[in-house]
Amino acid sequence: MRWRKTVNALMSGVTAACALAAVAPLVFLLGFLTWKGASSLNLAFFTQLAKPVGETGGGMANAIVGSGQLLLLAAIFGVPLGLLGGIYLSEFGGWTVPFLVRYSADLLASVPSIVIGIFAYAVVVLPMGHFSALAGGFALGVMLLPIVVRNTEEFLRAVPVSLREGAFALGTGKWKTIVSVVVPAGLQGILTGVLLALARVAGETAPLLFTAFSNHYWAQGWSQPVASLPVMIYTYAISPYDDWHRQAWAAGLVLLGLVLLVNVLSRLVLARKMAARRLA
Amino acid sequence: MNKSSTAVLGETTPRERRRLLVGTRGVDATARGVTLVSALSVLAVTGWLVVELWRNSALARHAFGLRFLTDRTWDPVFEKFGALPFVYGTLVTSALALLIAVPLGVGAAIFLSELAPRRASDVLTFLIELLAAVPSVVFGLVGIFVVVPWVRTSLGPALRSALGFLPLFQGSIYGVGHLTAGLVLAIMVLPFIISISREVLLSVPNELREGALALGSTHWESTWKVVVPTAATGILGSVFLALARALGETMAVTMVIGNDPRISASLFAPGYSIAAVIANEFTEATGDLYLHALVELGLVLFGLTVVLHGLARALVHMTASKAQAGGVRA
Repeated sequence: MRWRKTVNALMSGVTAACALAAVAPLVFLLGFLTWKGASSLNLAFFTQLAKPVGETGGGMANAIVGSGQLLLLAAIFGVPLGLLGGIYLSEFGGWTVPFLVRYSADLLASVPSIVIGIFAYAVVVLPMGHFSALAGGFALGVMLLPIVVRNTEEFLRAVPVSLREGAFALGTGKWKTIVSVVVPAGLQGILTGVLLALARVAGETAPLLFTAFSNHYWAQGWSQPVASLPVMIYTYAISPYDDWHRQAWAAGLVLLGLVLLVNVLSRLVLARKMAARRLA
Repeated sequence: MNKSSTAVLGETTPRERRRLLVGTRGVDATARGVTLVSALSVLAVTGWLVVELWRNSALARHAFGLRFLTDRTWDPVFEKFGALPFVYGTLVTSALALLIAVPLGVGAAIFLSELAPRRASDVLTFLIELLAAVPSVVFGLVGIFVVVPWVRTSLGPALRSALGFLPLFQGSIYGVGHLTAGLVLAIMVLPFIISISREVLLSVPNELREGALALGSTHWESTWKVVVPTAATGILGSVFLALARALGETMAVTMVIGNDPRISASLFAPGYSIAAVIANEFTEATGDLYLHALVELGLVLFGLTVVLHGLARALVHMTASKAQAGGVRA
């Protein structure tokens, strides 16, 4: 018996060590980025364009705005379709269509992002003949769509059936019930899900390499190549210049900070919502 | 909404009421149609993706056939494209990543779902979810400037002096290479293994745990001999999902693998991966055959994803239904 108790204690310790080892990289990442990034972060980083090689200073204002543009395009493409599709899966149902849609959404969400880039290249860049913000936004939108669909469905399903029945009993039509009862009840969760999805695609680099490409200057309109934070981090990190490495760290800190901030806030909101639901 | 529903119920004549109802039905039908089309758009985009990958790789598929995957010369100048070095690099780095991440991940998942105090489990799970949210280019950044030098000066020499009799750990250490890429990948797939395995473990009904404990087993025995075997297929599913991620991971691998299309037995040697070659050469691809060869690499990645994703789904599903059946019986 003592042996078995020892094994019990030992294995608890070993598995706890595994869990700590899994968390350690996050601590290291944050530590290195803060250490290396914070020292190169200044106002110029947010307000200026990149300086030519050899001159120190300059910033990534165009990449920050470019990332914003790309996310806006992605949201325009992915969010409305995703919300409506999610409503269909949860509210109108059936068997075959939802099964197929769910399956392909999960598949599409797990397709390597570089393959999504090839797809966007084939359907947007090739016909247009050049790289563009539109192509990058399309690629990110394709990644956004399946996540939004599945999230929306999940949060709408969590809305109690009794709310729908109550609305029907008052003579409300199906669509009216969805719009004025079901969706508002799940709205907080759905919007948080959209935010999380945006935070995820905001850090994507691979699908932008040959769609949005990059740009040293401000983008001239939506059909021109545009810079973005992740692509800048990549090009600056693999460059041979120390000053660019410094900027890459700063950009990494900004990107990671934004992504983690959105994640922490949304997960807190979701956790509180879950807790409230458990009480109700 | 309140106003209109009282209007429907109370203050209208039967005729108005019928019109309102029919009107609603029309709205409902339209809404159904619009949402259906939106839902189908997911299916359509997936199908379109397959068609485009297939169409844009036609030249390479016809020119090389299956030799594409077994030939080891990748020479854009003479338009000879064999993807074996990339396939090799992808497989080696992914295998290495799983070798490191699976034991760690499953151990952590067991701790989080079975053995940890509730609060500790919540906090750790939260942090692991955050790790999953870190963009891959940030992993690459830290990979280049922190992990690569560390492998070159510390880990590599240590491994070579301890295990140098194996061909895996011979040769010069550049820092970049299979080993570094495998390490970074392991950290990247770890959160996925943990969160899915944890969910699968949590889906095992409590009756099974209580039964084992009532028979006098310790916490660990009930976990290891009852809960984990019940969840085993699902855990395997999480491993397949992690493998799919590792195979397709692009940025972090591109930044630390060394980008050298050579097949070498040593883990210290630089290599190349499928995703990395697409990322590096796509914008420079001159000539249709070159481009089609790169798209075919994308097609290969996509095919692997479909297979692994299907397997993983089936396995996780099997566990879920098995756990449910067990719960009913118990």
